[in-house]
Amino acid sequence: MAKADHTFGEIRLDRVSRGFDGVMALQDLDLTIRRGEFIALLGPSGCGKSTALNCLAGLLPLTGGSIWLDDRRIDELPPERRGFGMVFQNYALFPHMTVRRNIGFGLAMRGVPRHEADPRIDDAIRMVQLEAHVDKLPGQLSGGQQQRVAIARAIVVQPPLVLMDEPLSNLDARLRLDMRHEIRRIHNELGRSTVYVTHDQDEALSLADRIVVLRDGRVRQIGTPEELYARPAVLDVARFMGYRNVFEGRVEDGNADRAIVVRDGIRLTGTPRGALASGRASVAIRPEELIPGEDGPGAIPGVVESVEFIGREYAATALTRDGLLLHFRSHQRLSLDEPVHLRAAPERVLLFAAEESA
Amino acid sequence: MRSVDSLPAKLWNSLIWLLIGFFLLNLFGLIAAVGVNSFATRWLGTWFPAGWTTRWYFSAWEEFQLWDVLLVTMEVVLAVVLLSLLLGVPAAYALARREFGGKKLLTLLFLLPLLVPPITYGIPLATVLYQVHLAGTMTGVILANLVPTVPFVILVMTPFIEQIDPKLESAARVFGANTFKVFAYVLVPLLAPGMLAAGLLVLVRTVAMFELTFLTAGPSSQTLVVALYYSVFAAGVRAGQSVDAMAMIYMATTLVWLFIALRFVDPTQLVTRVKKTS
Amino acid sequence: MTSQTALSAPGAERPSLRRRLAAAGWDRTTLLVLPAAAFVVLLFIYPFAYGLVLSFQPMAGGVFANYAKFFSDPYLYDTIGTTMWLGLPATLVNMALALPIAFRVRHFRWQRILTTILVIPITLGTVLVAEGLLTYLGPQGWLNRTLIELGVIGSPVRLIHNYWGVFLSLVITGFPFVFLLTLSYVTGIDPALPQAAATLGAGPASRFRHIFLPLLVPGLAVAFCLAFVQAFSVFPSAVLLGAPAGPTRVISIAAYQAAFEQYDHSMASAIAMIMGAVQLVVVVAVLGARTLFYRGPMGSGKG
Repeated sequence: MAKADHTFGEIRLDRVSRGFDGVMALQDLDLTIRRGEFIALLGPSGCGKSTALNCLAGLLPLTGGSIWLDDRRIDELPPERRGFGMVFQNYALFPHMTVRRNIGFGLAMRGVPRHEADPRIDDAIRMVQLEAHVDKLPGQLSGGQQQRVAIARAIVVQPPLVLMDEPLSNLDARLRLDMRHEIRRIHNELGRSTVYVTHDQDEALSLADRIVVLRDGRVRQIGTPEELYARPAVLDVARFMGYRNVFEGRVEDGNADRAIVVRDGIRLTGTPRGALASGRASVAIRPEELIPGEDGPGAIPGVVESVEFIGREYAATALTRDGLLLHFRSHQRLSLDEPVHLRAAPERVLLFAAEESA
Repeated sequence: MRSVDSLPAKLWNSLIWLLIGFFLLNLFGLIAAVGVNSFATRWLGTWFPAGWTTRWYFSAWEEFQLWDVLLVTMEVVLAVVLLSLLLGVPAAYALARREFGGKKLLTLLFLLPLLVPPITYGIPLATVLYQVHLAGTMTGVILANLVPTVPFVILVMTPFIEQIDPKLESAARVFGANTFKVFAYVLVPLLAPGMLAAGLLVLVRTVAMFELTFLTAGPSSQTLVVALYYSVFAAGVRAGQSVDAMAMIYMATTLVWLFIALRFVDPTQLVTRVKKTS
Repeated sequence: MTSQTALSAPGAERPSLRRRLAAAGWDRTTLLVLPAAAFVVLLFIYPFAYGLVLSFQPMAGGVFANYAKFFSDPYLYDTIGTTMWLGLPATLVNMALALPIAFRVRHFRWQRILTTILVIPITLGTVLVAEGLLTYLGPQGWLNRTLIELGVIGSPVRLIHNYWGVFLSLVITGFPFVFLLTLSYVTGIDPALPQAAATLGAGPASRFRHIFLPLLVPGLAVAFCLAFVQAFSVFPSAVLLGAPAGPTRVISIAAYQAAFEQYDHSMASAIAMIMGAVQLVVVVAVLGARTLFYRGPMGSGKG
């Protein structure tokens, strides 16, 4: 699967918006996708990620903004003229065509002659490892196989951009992990750009070069997986990225690098993310970063409420004196109602400007 | 997803809407023609009648004995609705809840009276009823009209029952309900809307069902639609306006029940949908 | 509900009738189906069988006398051709109109209002439509007047008491049925399929040709069969709106006359059988041709 149809530098979304009557499904999405990048659109359902993808594909018209392929404006083109590849959530395989015809459909639509199309189709089939199933109908394939047909169909036309709409959500857990590797491998082999929509943060973290976190139609943060994992910019991104312990406290002291937050006698040192305007801040700590330790300043006293064995360690919850439920990890099995003192490193305690409770 | 609005596409669009409009216009026209004529004093050779009157309604009422005919129609239709529900709902329940040998054959059996048009099986049916001296009686008419409606009820109710979780019945049993109680407290309340819908659809279809009643009715067991047919047939003898007055009364009856039915059902259910994918 | 018969040791009793029935899925609940089944057999299957047998017992002549008489008397066998000449074009016109209109209307916001209006001719029935057309299409009726007014024609066109009146009434009562069926098939196609085709470069015409049409053909074949069978059985409009003595003497009129005017029930049964047979032949032919196309779910598997 070698040569490119045409070289391109980047795809630019410029203040892309879509909405009606004041309800904006997507608002002011600014994103530049460089060639070869794997971008994940991540967020809960209703956040606008599928809308963004459909706008890119041309299946939904924009109500504001524009989309550019290098210096060509493409948002006014219908989907059949954009030349992108797309993998749908339910695969959308043509039930009346064999695997081979499904995959070759895009080439047939572009008038690629048989002698040229056939080897390309064979290449795509080999890439997704479906040689044994070429003459079957989609109804005769398993979910995983159908998914691979959908991928092959999207890439055989050698598009500059491949769009994927939660392609793994209909597969069982084991298959999902396998297919994840496959998708990244195919992306690397192709050398094109991919935009991948998902609500699963593990998927996004493992697959993407950059992640766009969306919520209620707006971009909350764009960054590499490492950045989003360790340095979420806003509280709801942190929540989404697995910072399960979120509570409020009063800011007592601090500067741009370190601040002290107080709550019910507990004094915590944390890292501010953005300006802490008012005297209150929201504290966010990952369960993995919160571990039992010695009593003393900076510790949160609590009483063990539940313990679960998760293989390598224990996932536990503790109730603090003022009724806060904290999630933490422990290497030993703790007993219920046992007192604990939970500690976390200051770099791992993130502080955000206080919001109304979600 | 809308493609670029090119000129050919716009022209095609306009053509389609023109066709729809033309169809609706003519439909309205033929209905209005009946209505206008029924209120006309005389109507010959002009766009609209010379004058207006309601006397034709009164004369039609007398002439065609419409009170009796309406009574017969209602009796027949009511009997058909009740009996088809009585026969059809249990059958639908069995079909929805059980897999059994011969089920496919039975389903085909129930499908046949809906696929074969009424006049094709109406003539042999009338012959048989004639043999058992039921032809020309109300019983005969009711029996004939039941032939397509029992399968219709089964067809409408079966998917409805399939949608009700059978575990509800199991749960009721686990908590101590016997068959009668399961029926009374769980099934009937859940099935009631479906049965109402099916009943209304049967009602509308039977009021308009011509061929079966025509072939089996006697002079005292005619439904309104059959009486209308005869009056149109003999239109040379009677005044056209009174025939149209009768037609309007018939139209009012059907449309009233149609609009009542539409509060509970989707219009497409009036048309038998055999299978979406087959 | 199946139950295992607890019988393995030799010399054990045969399972009771109840057990054996249960193994085949028959129990008290299944029996609920019997009254309706018995009814259909008694009042549908039996009359058909009775009629079939009766058709071979003519009032005069040998076993096949009825059929021989039918096919040797032009007044009788011409009815097949007449009915075909009415039913087939009317059905084809309805199908040709229904598909593009259903297509255009499938995303329409007021679809429900449109379908409600279209259900009205079905509800009113053929008799009322015939009566309405008698006035509306008459030489003094509004249609002729409008056409003369617009200068399209010079003098009134003869549309009643002939072929055209019946044809038009078949279209008016048949179209809604075909339309609603077609609409249900069109909306039953997974919308992601044409979207996927578009992303692969298929324009509207290509999408119709490669995606919609192959998936619709099986359903359209069924719709055609149902509509044709309905049109072929035309009766009251052929009498009221047509010329039942000649150009619109359809086969149902012949059967009716045999039964109720000549009191020859045997002949009437024979004609009804022939009518059914012709319908069957057409249906089998169309459905047979359908198997050349795709048959299966309109979605694409999971999702």
